[in-house]
Formats: sequence, structure tokens, C-alpha cells
Amino acid sequence: MSEPVLHMRNITKRFPGVVANDHICFDLNKGEIHALLGENGAGKTTLMNIFYGLYQPDEGEIWLNGRRVTIHSPRDAIALGIGMVHQHFTLVPTLSVTENVILGAETGQLGILDTRSPRARVAAIAQEYGLEVDPDALVRTLPVGVQQRVEIIKALYRNAQVLILDEPTAVLTPLEVERLFATLRALVQRGVSIIFISHKLKEVMAIADRITVLRQGRVVGSTTPAEADEAKLASMMVGRPVMLQVEKAPAQPGEVVLSVHNLKVMSDRRAVAVDGVSFEVRAGEIIGIAGVEGNGQSELVEAITGLRPPVHGEVLLCGRPLPHALPRAAIEAGMSHVPEDRHKYGMVAQQPLFVNLVLSTFHKPPFARRGLLSLRTMREHARRLIREFDVRTPNEQVRIASLSGGNQQKAVVAREFSRPMRLLVAAQPTRGVDVGSIEFIHKRIVQARDQGAAVLLVSAELDEVMSLSDRILVMFKGKIVGERDGRSADRAEIGLLMMGKAEEAST
Amino acid sequence: MIRRWFWLGSAWPAVASVLMALALAALVMVITGSDPLAAYGALFQGAFLRPGTATRPTAFFETLVSATPYLILALGISIGFAAGLFNIGAEGQLYMGALASVSVGFLVKGLPWFVHLPLAIAAGVLAGVIWAGIAGWLKATRDAPEVVTTIMLNYIAYAVVNYMVNGPLRHTGTAPRTPDIEPSAVLPTLLPPPERLHWGLILAIACAVGYYLLMNRSALGLQIRLVGENRHAARYAGINVNGTYLIAMVLSGALCGLAGAVEVLALYRYLPTEFTVGYGFDSIAVALLGQGNPIGIALAALLFGAMANGSGFMQFSAGVSNYIIAVVQAFIIVFVAAPGIARDVLVNWWARRIRRKPAAQGGEA
Repeated sequence: MSEPVLHMRNITKRFPGVVANDHICFDLNKGEIHALLGENGAGKTTLMNIFYGLYQPDEGEIWLNGRRVTIHSPRDAIALGIGMVHQHFTLVPTLSVTENVILGAETGQLGILDTRSPRARVAAIAQEYGLEVDPDALVRTLPVGVQQRVEIIKALYRNAQVLILDEPTAVLTPLEVERLFATLRALVQRGVSIIFISHKLKEVMAIADRITVLRQGRVVGSTTPAEADEAKLASMMVGRPVMLQVEKAPAQPGEVVLSVHNLKVMSDRRAVAVDGVSFEVRAGEIIGIAGVEGNGQSELVEAITGLRPPVHGEVLLCGRPLPHALPRAAIEAGMSHVPEDRHKYGMVAQQPLFVNLVLSTFHKPPFARRGLLSLRTMREHARRLIREFDVRTPNEQVRIASLSGGNQQKAVVAREFSRPMRLLVAAQPTRGVDVGSIEFIHKRIVQARDQGAAVLLVSAELDEVMSLSDRILVMFKGKIVGERDGRSADRAEIGLLMMGKAEEAST
Repeated sequence: MIRRWFWLGSAWPAVASVLMALALAALVMVITGSDPLAAYGALFQGAFLRPGTATRPTAFFETLVSATPYLILALGISIGFAAGLFNIGAEGQLYMGALASVSVGFLVKGLPWFVHLPLAIAAGVLAGVIWAGIAGWLKATRDAPEVVTTIMLNYIAYAVVNYMVNGPLRHTGTAPRTPDIEPSAVLPTLLPPPERLHWGLILAIACAVGYYLLMNRSALGLQIRLVGENRHAARYAGINVNGTYLIAMVLSGALCGLAGAVEVLALYRYLPTEFTVGYGFDSIAVALLGQGNPIGIALAALLFGAMANGSGFMQFSAGVSNYIIAVVQAFIIVFVAAPGIARDVLVNWWARRIRRKPAAQGGEA
């Protein structure tokens, strides 16, 4: 390998009460993809924010191209050829691609903005790196995957030689991930060096040349995809052996708990999102719904849980029809719901953890009597759930927004599992959640099944559906296009069904 | 959250906003050739220190009289805020409450005070409930923005009061006003004349205590706050979001109607055409300044009451136009509505000063 482009030596960063980075050494060679792997809160983002000038290190040195540098601000970082693509994009939706790219690096004369030559350069960059995008398109009209390309073009436009990608796949569909990886390979071939921050083992194994694992602010070790496997990486991340495969006994289906009849649901844009779907879920089994996101799964879940009125069809829980668009009726009938969008539906960010743990039951005894809240009972209840569901938090009174994503999700799961449960609807239950928490949540879902609950699992992660489900339904364009047994299902075949190629898959 | 409300540290943005508003208004006075120290000195004296005489009430008690409607109205507006609703209709609800209370006060005769007074107050509360309830109902069933409907209902309320006072309810004298209310409907004063301090203050304090219990101890208060902070999650959790909007609006209107009832039953004892122009709007600033905390709202109401009451003496003794009070209030609204300004100007400047010391020792690599 050539000499390192970047060498970070003994970087230490302390925040009140925590050492976010503890003498971290990290280097990056020219034209390589070096993955920074670690759980949420391991210090990956802090380290990269130091490199990008957003934080100043308390100790340590940064050497770039053999020269020691001090980076005071993102402006310095950009001048040194460093580009960063944040997890949450920093684009202006109402501006065009070109306008977004030149924002902050405008050129022109006498105060008149020059857009013609930047437009040509944007087009040239897009062509050179295979970042297919229309320079004149408005950003808000673009899919997430394309918006990410705009972010990358933004960095390249500023002549970035080192590119930091913070959890770049978190918002992408599997197909978009493939596209992104092709782009990254094209970039390194042209001499760009990439730091790839992630907590997803599969992706890191697929794209990285080298992998450095962080845990609790320290470097646990470095390896390569050739030397390591997923299990080894997982145990490095978590600090103990992790079961990646879910162990479960064969299902013992009982009576029908949920039955959905010819359900038709419209999307927000008034298009047909769910088109005549019927299926049943029995007590003691897990039905998984696989599918690329945006094929009606969200609307289906919302209709079942009472968040969205269907235009046609029926949802029966234990043989009794559920009234439309009345979440409380579903809750009272024994439905638990882990929502796909935790921040929108699953929690009230500014409220303390203990309130979020009784979100749907605070109005009833034992939490409220004659209209008055018993804060003490609520807090005791919270402390019990925190222990039982291993929610990592200083105490039950902190705002839930201050917890990591994985712990927020565990809190949501704890709340939903703490009620008597006949049906569990789990939508994307491990999205944005670290490996340790994924393992825990999966175990709990199987446990709920074994205790006799009916489980409807909806996930865009095919692996999750494959490993948990007893039966798999594949959804495509609002319809169920295939059903397979969970134990004998073939991954490639399900993948074809997800893309609507039923004739190629069916045998 | 619940406990944090009473942590004094969270009050600093409000305090900073007031101090910055006073400083900027002082600048305006310097530019216009007045002495801000003399003006503020007189304002403080006129609001808190001036003793009473045989004909003039004590300054501090008059400040409390002025603060009473601010407190009740701001509590009502704060309930709306908690649910994520912007009740700009406090003024209209106040007017309708006053109209209903006065009507019961002079039309109903021959009742003992312990029946008549509660009845008159209840009429005012009910009128506020109905007036705010219209906006709440439109919001809940038709998704009509309450900001628009409450503003329009203000104009209707002005017109209704104007018509009633000039028409059906006009007394026989020259000025357009209603007859005096029966003595049995008067909300009594707490001290002998010339003091005007009245039972409305006690009612207002009781409202503040009730507000605290509602917001921090009751299931309904939590329900209102959950809807205000994240209506999607509230609906997911089984809360009837539209019903909660209606309830919050009704509670808000009840307090605004009560404020109207108290003003006319205690102070005017009849209804003129224009009796409190702007109380309902100034109270939005009081509510913003109070940040949902009952003690904060009470202090903000006291501040606005003091400015209203002390400005006359300021004009008289320091020769500064009492319009400067409007300038102070306007600056307060700007700083409270844009808390970022206060934060950037004060905290960053302060923090930089603190941080500079260790940085100077460590040096740069």
C-alpha cells in the first residue's frame, strides 16, 4: 500500500462525563475504503466531526498528506480537500441540484451569480463518476438515493480527496445501496480515499478494504474483510459473542388472531397503496411481509393498527371487526404496535422516558386515578421495564430524545410488550438500531410468539424477515405476490418476487 | 420535564429578553433626548413604591389590579400553547365574557349575592367557552386553522359588544354603555376605598394553582401536552387528538371569559364600548414570556401590570411619553418570539469569555 493520506494519532475528546474518543489512532491510504465500524455511541461520529473541524480534539494530532494540520472549522476541512456526507442531508429542497452544489461556493462577477459554468462542471463530475443526476432537477423531486448522489457531487465539486460518509446506507433501499457501492468503487479508482462509517456488518464486509472497530471510544482492532467474518466483527463491536442467527423452535400455530379481508388503502397522494390484500395471522406464528419499501407495507400497517382508514375491506381481531381509524380500539383489543417511524409515531421526544413508557395507558389505573396522575407508579413501572428490557439510560426521568436510537427502540418495544398482547405488529422493528439491540429485539419477538401472540412482521431488511418468519408474504405494488414457508424459502427467489418478477420465481 | 419546569435556570431566556428590551428602549430614549434612568426610576416608583392617599390608591395594589386580567388570560392562552394551539382570540373571548357577565349582572334582579355573583361569573366563563369552542370545533371537525378563526371571531365579538351596548343594552344616559350591574353581582374589593384591589386577584391565583395541577398532575394535562408536542404519536397511542383540541380550546376560552367577567364585575360594574383594548393581545406576550410555567406566567403578568400602571407616573414625573412602554413590550415580544437572538447574543458571548481563559494557557498546536 502507498503512504497514508490521513494519519490521526492519539486523538482524545472528552465530553462532560464521558470520554468519546480515547487515544484513537486511525489512518487512511490513498484510494482505499476504510470502514469505521461500531455501535451507536462508540465514538465514530465524534472522531469524524473532529476530522471535519466541527470539534477540536483535547489531545492528539492529525497528519494530512504528511503534514500536520489543525482543522478549526468545516471551511478549513474543505480547503484541505476533505468532504463529508452527513447522515441527514444538508440540501435545500426547493433549489436545483446545481444551486445546491454551488451553495457556499458561488462564483460570479459584480454580484451576479454564474450558474452556467458550475452547471457544466456538475454535469461533468456526474458523468465522470457515474453519478447519474439531472443538474436542473429540483432536489425535492429526487428520491433519497439521488439526493445522496448530490451530496457526494457537492463534496467532489469542492475537490474533495478524502470523503467521509456517515451511515450512508441508513436511508437507502437495497437497490440504492448497490448503486452507492458502485459509485464508491468508481471514486476510489480515481484516487479518492473514503472513510465509511457504519454499524451494518454486511455492508462493511461488502465494500471496505480495511475495517477499524471502535467500542466505547477506543479502537478495538483493525482487520480486513478477508480475515474477518460477520460473527467476529459483531463480537468485536459488542464486546461479547453475538448470536446473529435467531434460534427458534418450529411454530405451533393456534387459532386465527388477525384476519385481513380484501383490504384496499389509499396513500397520502391518493393513489391505491394496498390493493385488495387478504391474509391471516394465527396465534403462535410470525408472518413476515417482505418487500422493497414503498410497495404499500406502511399503509397496510397503518390500516391494521387504526392509523389510516381503509377505503374497502375489513380487519378482524379475534373474529371481531376493528373500527376504522381508531387506534385506541385496536389497543384495547390487545394489539401492540412497534411503528416503523419511531420519531413520528413511537415517542414524544421532549417527554421523559417514564412518560413514553406509558404513552397509551397513562389515563388508566394504576397510572391515573380519578383523572390524577400517579407519577410514582409511572416511574416505578418505568424502572421495571428499563431493567427487564435492558434500556441503557442514566435514569427514567431523562428525555427520551437523549437516548441512543437503539435504546429508544428498546423503550418502544418495552412499552408495547408491557401490555397484554394478542397481536404484535412490528414494522421495521430494528431500523437504526445497533447489533446488540437487534439481537435483543429479535429474541423478544420470538418469545412473544412462543407465549402465544400472533406476530405480523414488516421489514425492508430481507435477512430479518427470512430469519424470523414462519411464513413469508411478499408485497409488490400493493398486492401480495407470493407466499413461502419460512424454513424453506429461498433468498434469491424472494428477491425476485420483491421486484415483481413472479413468473421467474414461481416453480 | 415535569420537574424541570421549576428549575430557575430555564427562566433565563425570558429574563434576558426583558433586560434586552429595557436596554434597547433606553437607547431609544437616549436618541430621542430623554433620560432613561429617570424614566425607569419613575416607572418603578409609579408601579411599586408610591404610597396611597385619601383619594389615590396605593401603587403596588394598582399594579396587582392591572396584573390580574393579564394573569388569567395568559394562563388560558398557555393551555392552548400546550396543545399546540395559538389562541389569538383571547380578546374576543374576553369581550364576550364581559358582555355575558354584565348582562346577567343588571338584567337579573332580586337574587342574593352568593347566587347572583357566581351566576354572573359563570355566564362570563360560558360565553368564553362558546366563543373559543366555535374555533375549537372548527379545528376539530373541519381542520380550520385556529389562528384564522379566532382572529375573525375577535372582530365579530367587537361588533356584537358594540351593537349591544349601543342598542338593546344601552342605558338611558348620554354615553353608549350598559346600565350598572346590581350590587349583588359586584365582585367585592379586598380593601376599603380608595383601594381597588379586588377578589379577582384571589381568583387569578387560584387559576394559576389549578393550571399547575392540570398541567402537571392530571391525565388530561398530560394528554394535552402529548398532543401539543407530537400529535402523530398521541394518535398512535390512542388519544383522540381532535377531541383534545376542542377540550384545550374550551378550557382556554373559559379562562379568557373569566378574565372578562372579573374586569367588569369588579372594576367597571357596567360595560362600556371599548373597555380593555389590547389586553387579550398583550397577554399573548405574557404567556410567551411565562413559558408555560405558572410562576413564570404570574411574574410576567406582574411585569406587564407594573408597566401599565407605572407608565402614567413616568410620563408625569420624568416627561417620557408612555408610548415607550409599547416599545418595551414590542421588544420583549421580538426577543421572546426569537429566543435564538437572546441565546446568541448573551450566552455565546458569555461562554466565549469563560472559554477563552483555558484556551490561552493551552495555546494552539
